[in-house]
Amino acid sequence: QAVTVEVLDRLEQLALVDFRDAEGVERLRKAVRFAAELQEVNTEGVEPMASVLEDRCLYLREDDVTEGNCTNELLKNAREKVEEYFVAPPGNIPLPKLEERETFLKGS
Amino acid sequence: QVSAALKEGHVSPRELCRRCLALIKSTRFLNAYITVAEETALRQAEESEERYKRGQPLGVLDGIPVAVKDNFNTAGIETTCASNMLKGYISPYNATVVQKLLDQGAVLLGKTNLDEFAMGSGSTDGVFGPVRNPWSYSRQYKEKSVPKSHSEDKESNWVITGGSSGGSAAAVSSFTCFAALGSDTGGSTRNPAAHCGVVGLKPTYGLISRHGLIPLVNSMDVPGILTRCVDDAAVVLGSLAGHDPKDSTTVQDNFKPFELPDLPDVSKLCIGIPKEYQAPGLSSEILALWSKAADLFKNAGAKVTEVSLPHTRYSIVCYHVLCTAEVASNMARFDGLEYGHRSEMNRSTESMYAATRREGFNDVVRGRILAGNYFLLKQNYENYFIKAQKVRRLIASDFVKVFGSGVDVLLTPTTLSHAVPYLEFIKEDNRTRSAQDDILTQAANMAGLPAINVPTALSERGLPIGLQFIGRSFQEKQLLTVAKWFEKQVKFPMIQLEEVKRHNHDVFQHQKSASFS
Repeated sequence: QAVTVEVLDRLEQLALVDFRDAEGVERLRKAVRFAAELQEVNTEGVEPMASVLEDRCLYLREDDVTEGNCTNELLKNAREKVEEYFVAPPGNIPLPKLEERETFLKGS
Repeated sequence: QVSAALKEGHVSPRELCRRCLALIKSTRFLNAYITVAEETALRQAEESEERYKRGQPLGVLDGIPVAVKDNFNTAGIETTCASNMLKGYISPYNATVVQKLLDQGAVLLGKTNLDEFAMGSGSTDGVFGPVRNPWSYSRQYKEKSVPKSHSEDKESNWVITGGSSGGSAAAVSSFTCFAALGSDTGGSTRNPAAHCGVVGLKPTYGLISRHGLIPLVNSMDVPGILTRCVDDAAVVLGSLAGHDPKDSTTVQDNFKPFELPDLPDVSKLCIGIPKEYQAPGLSSEILALWSKAADLFKNAGAKVTEVSLPHTRYSIVCYHVLCTAEVASNMARFDGLEYGHRSEMNRSTESMYAATRREGFNDVVRGRILAGNYFLLKQNYENYFIKAQKVRRLIASDFVKVFGSGVDVLLTPTTLSHAVPYLEFIKEDNRTRSAQDDILTQAANMAGLPAINVPTALSERGLPIGLQFIGRSFQEKQLLTVAKWFEKQVKFPMIQLEEVKRHNHDVFQHQKSASFS
């Protein structure tokens, strides 16, 4: 199985979302098994399609400021703020490694 | 009809608003609404009344009560997406479509319930609980219910609305509003429309602005329109469609609002019946109905022909990969810093993010984020994500070929069966259910095509069954014309709600009017 504990750990770190329990892990395994069906399709010579509007020109408006100055509005929904800053806990501290994290994957 | 009534003063906007609000209260057991904006709605109704008094209504929608799915931003009103992550989040702005409705004078009654972040096909997985299908309480359903030998709590027999826009569908179906906004990424507007017996329109991708719609899959999401009749859907579409500078995925073509002909003529059309839509699990009732519908068109002189969309069966797995991948990206914005739930954990930025997301998202959402991240891993990117994008092109070109061969509109079932009881639905997990239920609706999102559910008939259990029409890109007028013709032919019965207290017969008369246009 390509879905090893290392991969699961990696995913938790990338997504910053936890598997929570065995059900969560099984959910991923099922999802991966389900997606394998795609390999049945012959896509030789087929270009990937990112958008159904690929044949059209993207609309780009003029680089003018038309709205803004709504600092108060935007700050209203933040829990922690100081003056006009969103306050975050210290950065540059990596997520604890598997053994030190509170995760279901520990001891897997 | 209601709009005319407002114009002629038979009923006032305030009265209409009050009645709808009262009906919302008496149908609270349906759990269709998350937030009811009573004060603002009454204020909007008052303003509308002033305009009617002056003889200057803003348009057909002036004074018409509407509801909006709770994944659209509404200024000053809580927008939750039925998730703990956004509980308490008061939008600082209106989604473009909401603004357009308000600019036309519509009265916003409230925000409707959904599956958490629109992920699901039952409207059962939100933090505010599941939505109940109003038809569970209809005389039509109760008459056909098999009475159990020992006393059974009739409460437990209720059926789901389908999803994810179940709240909006239930709200329209139970007469608490005249139109509602949903969203459609894999069928989320058409599926509940079919189960609740209302019209559900998925417009062409790029026709209606997504600005303010909290995104699921940027390349497939569209705002959906739910109404009680096709004419109403055309009116709402007319007020919402068009280029929006705030959404660069809206096309710049000039959109002209249209009125549908009173007596639509389908004799010159070619209707395609895609054989792959006779999917495994399709109920024999729906199969028969589909066949009868095809005959209706034949007898009217239309050319009805079987066509093939060979990659249909891969649309679900393709969607599964592309959706989870886009979700993994779109959900990254929820970190607790600028808005929404924030965890108490503050040891580091990353651990705060992780804890916030751990606390804020339910299993379904977390599951999709993790799956999406898996498919986007460097070692998987080519085999899963890129592969799915290639399959998407194949699915889209299936449609191009069929429409290119002279077919004007496709006729298919919308769902595999009528609405199932909640207790039965929850026996399978969300992903399994979505995979089963989306099979008939998903491909239209993949290809960006317009599609509409038209309520067709009641099943043997007395529950609604709808059929779907899929049209060419940006040909909503043709699509809706066909839908209107079909609607007139089938004369879908009106729901006979029993447990709603009728204040007086008059109230219900206005409420029951099928259309507002």
